[in-house]
Order: sequence, then structure tokens, then C-alpha cells
Amino acid sequence: MSSYIALSYWQLAATSVFVLIDAALSVWFGLRVHRGLLFAAVRMVVQLALVGLVLTTLFSVVSLFWTGLVALVMVLVAGYEATQRQARRLSGWWSYGLGTACMMMASIVVTVFALTTALRPSPWYDPRYAIPLLGMILGNCMTGVGLGLSTLTANLANRRASVEAQLMLGTSRQEATAPVTREALRSALMPVINSMAATGVVSLPGMMTGQILGGVPPSEAVKYQILVMFLIAGGTGLGATTAVLGGVYRLTDGRHRLRLDRLAPSKAA
Amino acid sequence: MTAPSARDQAGHGDPAAAQPRLAVRDLRTDLLKPASFDLAAGESIAIQGPSGSGKTLLLRALADLDPNEGEVYLAGRNRMTMPGPAWRRQVGYLPAEPGWWAETVGAHFANWPAALAVARQLEFPGDAKDWPIARLSTGERLRLALVRALMVGPKVLLLDEPTAALDPAAVQAVEALIAAQRRLGLAVLWVTHDAAQARRVADRRLVVNDRQLHEEIGACPAISR
Repeated sequence: MSSYIALSYWQLAATSVFVLIDAALSVWFGLRVHRGLLFAAVRMVVQLALVGLVLTTLFSVVSLFWTGLVALVMVLVAGYEATQRQARRLSGWWSYGLGTACMMMASIVVTVFALTTALRPSPWYDPRYAIPLLGMILGNCMTGVGLGLSTLTANLANRRASVEAQLMLGTSRQEATAPVTREALRSALMPVINSMAATGVVSLPGMMTGQILGGVPPSEAVKYQILVMFLIAGGTGLGATTAVLGGVYRLTDGRHRLRLDRLAPSKAA
Repeated sequence: MTAPSARDQAGHGDPAAAQPRLAVRDLRTDLLKPASFDLAAGESIAIQGPSGSGKTLLLRALADLDPNEGEVYLAGRNRMTMPGPAWRRQVGYLPAEPGWWAETVGAHFANWPAALAVARQLEFPGDAKDWPIARLSTGERLRLALVRALMVGPKVLLLDEPTAALDPAAVQAVEALIAAQRRLGLAVLWVTHDAAQARRVADRRLVVNDRQLHEEIGACPAISR
């Protein structure tokens, strides 16, 4: 397990030359992305250095409280990111609250399930397993929830006449919004389906690559990867379904009306 | 806050028959000022008023499509005693720009043969079933949406300029179809900009001006377009 090659800081610094080459290209061709590029690179280094520090400390204490706190921060940031990606957001606290709550529920259910059945570290909340697992599930769940909610809100707004035409004829809100709901769920699940189908042929997943570089036999790394893909599929499905259904619930009401007034004004307007 | 029964239950016999088909009491929204009026079975009221005065808002509130307050009774029954969809099946609404949710005409009708019997009166042929919605003209859309609304079997029909894009023959066909439905008891609210049409199709007239409904029969300065 420990036959990995440690990297020195000088080696990292030497590799950063590639980022500088990218920046030089940007200047040369007038792309105007070099500032953003360098800023992103520096931000990445600082973030990862901090994470390394936090994780080293976190792994050494193995406390349920600290593991839970780090997990909570991860969920809150993921919620923020998923909200940012939506063109049409729900108004008020629903905007941030719905996606975040659904992601929290889904990622915790799936992570705890994996920790208590498949992996069984001791204790079950051992951050060395819990945090990376949660991170991978949350990252994908975030994409799914963000896509699902933005497809839902955009389609309800664009197809208001079609949804209301059905409501006018006396159909229920569930029936009238069913096509839009289905489309939102489909777009939420599409990235997971695509990545499962392409995994191993088109792309070698980062986690598996990392394990192999770290000295784990490929056959073992593959088993971990399969486990993680199943968990990601489960977490994304659960999170996106609850978020999209919650969005439908919020954008309609008990009198079966379409309530687009509960969308925040669009940014373009 | 007068309940419709206070005014209308003086007669004997079936209490539902003594009620107006539609009784509206202080119906209001964020934008619409309180509106009250009665509509009898088989009656037709023309709604007139300048563009943007709130005619569509009034119809949408009556169909309970926008949040609104106030009481609306259908034959004495408060709409809050029934779910929204049940209310809209009885109080039908034909918007000025009807929406479509499927590719073809036929997919919008649960029972096409029955719908065709009505559509033929508006000069649609039998093969209209397979017409793509995208190829319909505005006038064809309005007429098909009228058929669609009638197929639900409403007791009250709210029409928002149903003949705005139609040629004179089609206007006549639509007016004849609605008149036939009225003889069977359908009550109608008919938004129209055309004063001559208002006289043809309605028993009386209400005017919406600056989001306020005026119940009056006399002249109003703002009815001509």
C-alpha cells in the first residue's frame, strides 16, 4: 500500500511551468485569460494546501464532531455552487435552501450507507474514508441537482402557456408539469449515466488513477471505483429527484396554479 | 360580503336553480380592484375596456389561475369547497393565446371523434387530427382551443377575444357555436374590443377600466378601440 513516490516541492514548481506557458499563450494570442488563469492556479494551490493541512489534522484526531463539521461546510459550499449555476432561481430562501437540503440529505444517506455496509472502517466516521467519499458523492450530486433545478425552472418559465393550457382544462398540477419534470430529471441523471458508460474506456477516473499511483493494485482500485460510481449514481438520483419534486411543489400551489411569481426575477431583465 | 343566496333565494323550488350560475363577490388580486357581478345560466356578458385595463386578469382570477381573494360561487357553491382542477373543469377559460403541449392536433383531445363533431361546425376537416400544431394559423389555434375548452363540458366559459384573428365567416361560425351552447345553459363572459360584436353576442356589458370593473349598462367613454 505504501509504494508511492513522494513529490518534492521543487518538482511541483518545475511542473508549474506548464501553467506559465498557458499564460504566455494567452498574452501572445490576446485571449485575455492569463489573469484568470494565474489566479485560478494560485487559488488551486492555496485551497489544496489548506485542505491538506485540514485533512492531516482531521485524520489525526478521528472525531465525530470535527468530521461532521467539515462535512457540513462541504455541503454548504456545494449548495452555494449549485445555486450559482441556475439561470432562473427560486425566490428567497428556497433558492439556496432547497438544493442544499436535498444534497445534504442525499449525500449523507448514501455516504453513511457505504460506511456502515460496504467499507466499515472503525469507527464508521473515520474521516480518512468519510470525507473523500462524501466529497466525490457531493461533487456529482451538486451537478445533478444544479442541472435538474435549472432545467425545471427554465422550462416552466418558457413553457408557461403549455403547462397552463392543461391546468385550464382541469388537469392536476402533477399531470400538467409531468413532461417538464421528466425532462429535468433526465438532464440531472444524464451526466452520471454518461460517466458510468465511459468510465474505463474513455476516461480513467481520478480516484482510481490516484490509488494506482499510490501503489494499490489496479484490480483493487477498480473495485473501489465501482463502489464509488454506484454511490454517486444513488446520491445524484436521490438528490436530484427530491430537489426537482420540491421545485415543482414550490412553483405550483394547493389550488393547482402555476406560480412563476415564486421565481426570482431573471438576471438578464 | 353578501352571499348570493341573500339576493336570489326568494323563489321557490330547487335552490340551485334560484342561484345565479356564477356569483362573484369582491374578487380581487394584487392588481385587480374588487369586482362583483352575477351571471345567469345561458346569459352572456361582454367585457370591454382598453388594452391593459385588466380584462385578462379578471378572467384568470375567475378561472383561479392567479392568486386571488374574494368569493366566487358556481350555482351557489363556493369554489373553495372544490379543488382547483374541478373548478376549472366547470369554469372554462379560453385565453387569447392558447397553449399546446403535444405535436399534433389530435393529441390534445381525449376523445377526437366527439371533438371532431364540434370542430366540423368550425370548418375543420376530419384529417385535422394529424395536423402539426406548429403549422396552424393563429385563427386555427383559437378555434381548436375553443373546441378543446368545450369538450371539457364547462358550465361557464370565459372567452378572451376568441375571434380576434378570424375572417368574417369563421367569426360567424364561432358566434353560432357559442349561441348554441348558451341555449343549452352555458353562461359566457366574452371579452371583445368590437362594440358591434358585443351587441350581437351579449345580453349586457361590463367595462373594465384601470383594473376596476364597472357594472353599468350605459355609455362608457373607453369602450371603442
